[in-house]
Amino acid sequence: MNKDNVSAVITTALRFGDNAMVLGQRISDWVSRSPTIELDIGFANQGLDLIGQANLFYELAGRLEGKGRSADDLAFLRGAEEYYNLQLVEQPNGDFARTVMRQVFYATYAELVFDQMVKGKQEDLAAIAAKGQKEMAYHVRHAGEWVVRLGDGTDESHERCQQALDYLWPYRHEMFAYDGVDDEMVGLGVLPEAETLKAQWMESLGNIIERATLTVNDSNWQPGGGRDGVHSEHLSYLLEEMQVLPRSHRGAQW
Amino acid sequence: MDERCAKIWQVLDEVMDPEVPVISVVDLGIVRDVATMEGEDGGLEVIITPTYSGCPATLQIENDIRQALDEAGFVDVGLKTQLAPAWTSDWMSEKGRQALKDFGIAPPVGKVSKRALFGLETPVPCPHCDSDDTSLISEFGSTACKALWKCNSCSEPFDYFKCI
Repeated sequence: MNKDNVSAVITTALRFGDNAMVLGQRISDWVSRSPTIELDIGFANQGLDLIGQANLFYELAGRLEGKGRSADDLAFLRGAEEYYNLQLVEQPNGDFARTVMRQVFYATYAELVFDQMVKGKQEDLAAIAAKGQKEMAYHVRHAGEWVVRLGDGTDESHERCQQALDYLWPYRHEMFAYDGVDDEMVGLGVLPEAETLKAQWMESLGNIIERATLTVNDSNWQPGGGRDGVHSEHLSYLLEEMQVLPRSHRGAQW
Repeated sequence: MDERCAKIWQVLDEVMDPEVPVISVVDLGIVRDVATMEGEDGGLEVIITPTYSGCPATLQIENDIRQALDEAGFVDVGLKTQLAPAWTSDWMSEKGRQALKDFGIAPPVGKVSKRALFGLETPVPCPHCDSDDTSLISEFGSTACKALWKCNSCSEPFDYFKCI
């Protein structure tokens, strides 16, 4: 990594830190209201995995940035326009079907990215990805099995799963919309090529969708911009709840 | 120096995992090395790695190790967290696996591979009655590192330390 790449590495660390933080925060919301206690525990553990990953990405970004910002500063003291996560992960939980569908979308993407990141020429990102890839593989399996079970289940569960797929499907575009930062990362072997990533993601999701007896209904709508700080209205509500305490009581410890 | 290292390993072997208090941080594979610090003249440091990115016990483990070292007189020994290579359940010692089983937690089965994560479930023997007739209740158990299983022979539910 030369000096020119530092800013691209910071942006990449923030993007993946923000994906993990926002999704971890979202699924933590299920704790105490899941359909079964096993799912309650499952969501709590997946939330922990994600927030743990976010912490590692933030520590790296803060260190490279060199302005003395801690992982907590980056999590709690940035507004929505400074968050660079995919719009996919900030979408409201909706019902259980939408939550597990969103988890499959993101975990499949993150696992494919981390599989490449561990081989990349940026060793800090590689170390974080090495832990993350194993964790995301579990998320894919857990959520994937639920999508299949619900999709290929009762009329009601099938219908809800189909609605979840229809709602979330357009948000996939953003994963493959690469910019200059991503191209730099591809050059360092940190990210997979956009076309490769897209082909692999579509294949994995295609298998799950088929087993779940669901149908892809594509539209021309292509939401995007999350990775540059442009978000749906949902993110600011999430951040408001997450950040209110550290923002109201700066530097408080307990 | 070798004697000092050996004594430090001994101290570490007495530090138990806070969530599974029958297995030491050494047997769990969290302690990677006791080595000479880079750029220092002869100072030693203990190198540890977390099990999961979000394991809430990580800080507690660091504190416990620090305390054990201090109490044993190794105040000058450093403590460093290292992420790579990532922790794997393959690093758990035989002694640790046996301790888990005696505690009622099924130890990780087999070696880690991509297939272990995705392929058909390898049977997890019941830690209570050793039956192979067991089934998965939930991929996620009481902590991030465990899954919840049940035995179809003796009807006992049990924790399974995941193979990752």
